[in-house]
Amino acid sequence: MSQPQNNHKAAISTRSLAIYYGDFRAVKDVDLNIVPRRITAIIGPSGCGKSTVLRAFNRMNDFIPTCHSEGEILYHGHNIYDSDVDPVSVRQHIGMVFQKPNPFPKSIYENIAWGAKINGYKDSLDELVEDSLTQAALWDEVKDNLTQSGLSLSGGQQQRLCIARALAVKPDIILMDEPCSALDPIATLKIEELMRSLSKKYTIIIVTHNMQQAARVSDFTAFFTMDEDRAGRMVEYGETSQIFTRPRKKQTEDYITGRYG
Amino acid sequence: MGYIQPTYQSNSGIKQRQILARYWSKIFLGSILIAILALMVMLINVINDSYGYAAIEYEYDPSIYTPKPIEDLNKVELMKLLSENLSTYRWRTIQQDVSIDQLEVDEIRELVVEELLKPTVVASYSLIPSLFNRTEIHQEINFYHPEARIDFYSWLDFQFLIKSMSVVPENSGVRTAILGSLWIILVAGIFAIPVGIGAAIYLEEYAPSGKFKKIIQSNIDNLAGVPSIIYGILGLAIFVRVLKPLTSGTIFGLELSTGRTIISAGMTIGLLLLPVIIINTQEALRTVPMSLRQASYGVGATRWQTLWYHVLPAALPGILTGAILAISRGIGETSPLILVGASSFINKDPTNIFSNFTTLPLQIYYWTQRPQDQFRNTAAAAILVLLIMLLSLNAVAIILRNHYSRQSRP
Repeated sequence: MSQPQNNHKAAISTRSLAIYYGDFRAVKDVDLNIVPRRITAIIGPSGCGKSTVLRAFNRMNDFIPTCHSEGEILYHGHNIYDSDVDPVSVRQHIGMVFQKPNPFPKSIYENIAWGAKINGYKDSLDELVEDSLTQAALWDEVKDNLTQSGLSLSGGQQQRLCIARALAVKPDIILMDEPCSALDPIATLKIEELMRSLSKKYTIIIVTHNMQQAARVSDFTAFFTMDEDRAGRMVEYGETSQIFTRPRKKQTEDYITGRYG
Repeated sequence: MGYIQPTYQSNSGIKQRQILARYWSKIFLGSILIAILALMVMLINVINDSYGYAAIEYEYDPSIYTPKPIEDLNKVELMKLLSENLSTYRWRTIQQDVSIDQLEVDEIRELVVEELLKPTVVASYSLIPSLFNRTEIHQEINFYHPEARIDFYSWLDFQFLIKSMSVVPENSGVRTAILGSLWIILVAGIFAIPVGIGAAIYLEEYAPSGKFKKIIQSNIDNLAGVPSIIYGILGLAIFVRVLKPLTSGTIFGLELSTGRTIISAGMTIGLLLLPVIIINTQEALRTVPMSLRQASYGVGATRWQTLWYHVLPAALPGILTGAILAISRGIGETSPLILVGASSFINKDPTNIFSNFTTLPLQIYYWTQRPQDQFRNTAAAAILVLLIMLLSLNAVAIILRNHYSRQSRP
């Protein structure tokens, strides 16, 4: 398994990760070291288990009753699937942005402040809201309408609101599950710019169907595919420029050149 | 109508398909018309019996009390009539009920008519003949009851709402029954709504999926379909008999020695509503989108925080609607209460959960069994009261649903 050559300590890494839905093995043998404060894109054909792996990083798969995993996911040297780890604390450190914008049906202010409040945030909420919205490049658009419902915003604004909501919890890592698939090209571009600026402070892992997007925004790319038994696995992982210009594996090359069936 | 002929086939049967579609739409229209017709007939029938001509005779002639016509008497003379001719006991009761001195002269005159002349309905007619066969009705009344006064009588009036039961139809009212219905639904609601919502939340949000949950779920689904008379038998066995010391109130020092009380009836209706409320609440919880839960979990909320701050508020309109519809079903229930032992004749208002009771549907049922014709009219009027109560509850349900679902939209 090729790993990117770097001297960084991994922000989060998987060791022989396998994920099952009941008896069906959806993902197998994933060994992935995510580089801190960089954007890592996970690409691959439908059904190869990209989103399943992403959701494993903050234990979102726990809500799928039949889903269980083998192997380890190490975060600060701790396996987040150890029995003494509370999944709630995992999600405080590893935030998530979903495919479809899903703001709470509450005011913009509440959307940001709620997550911090329930996690026992004691400082000024007003500052936190402004700070989070500014980081998410949304502050200028909504600063006069903070009491308005989050649902009244446009799709792209809603998605940036969801990013701001994730930031307000002060996470280390932000997972993004196809965050632009429901947005138009202009809104997509804005989110991508935002991701670039966020990557200075946060580790971002993004699952995307859109190879151009992966090429545009990510520093590292992991290519997943599935085998004959429909179990997804990682084929190649490396710096994005290398993956897209000099892929080492034939399967990767076939996929990024569009020859994959 | 011209059709574009497809080139690959001379006749693709578009015309036939359209005709078939039109036939089906007619059939669906027919179904809704039948439903509307049935409702109209029911309403007309009830209204028909609630209003109409009535022949009223005075049991006692005014001339035995006073030489002057009652209409010409002033307040003092009317008061004198009352105090002289009524029994001391009756006169004192009336003085306790109303402050006579403050009444208008017309109101006192009504009291004199009511108490001394004792008007009785000797014949009553439905609304439709009253409207279309006026002359025949007048002739008939003049022939059979030459003494009688002919009035257009509204069986459903304010007096009907505030009078309690009586052996005389025109003195009967539904106050006791309305109070009984309200008490019972209050007890049923206090028991069934929290328990039902709690059970639904557990089943939907906490219970691990598996055999255990499946068995419970199918049991609840079946319970919702059990005929209500079965619940009556259950209520009779458990609440009236086994738990008699509790439900009769003897344990709390009450003298009443029967378990046929409001608490027994309320709990029976509560049990009946429980599966309905559970199922409705589960439906409401299921409609809360997964994305909202994920959003909450994603910012580090616990299961409880997600439930309390996001899932329940989003499901609230559905839960409330379900609860109110269940309540209105409970108000209409009759058969279990017959078993649990509603009183067939009671004119004492229920004052606490250990009182004896009757309810509106039961009152209607008992009135239709009475031999006097005029009880048919009071039954029809009571049906109108029941319908108005149910329709207002349903209206509240709709208003609540709209109110809360508007809040969760932009």
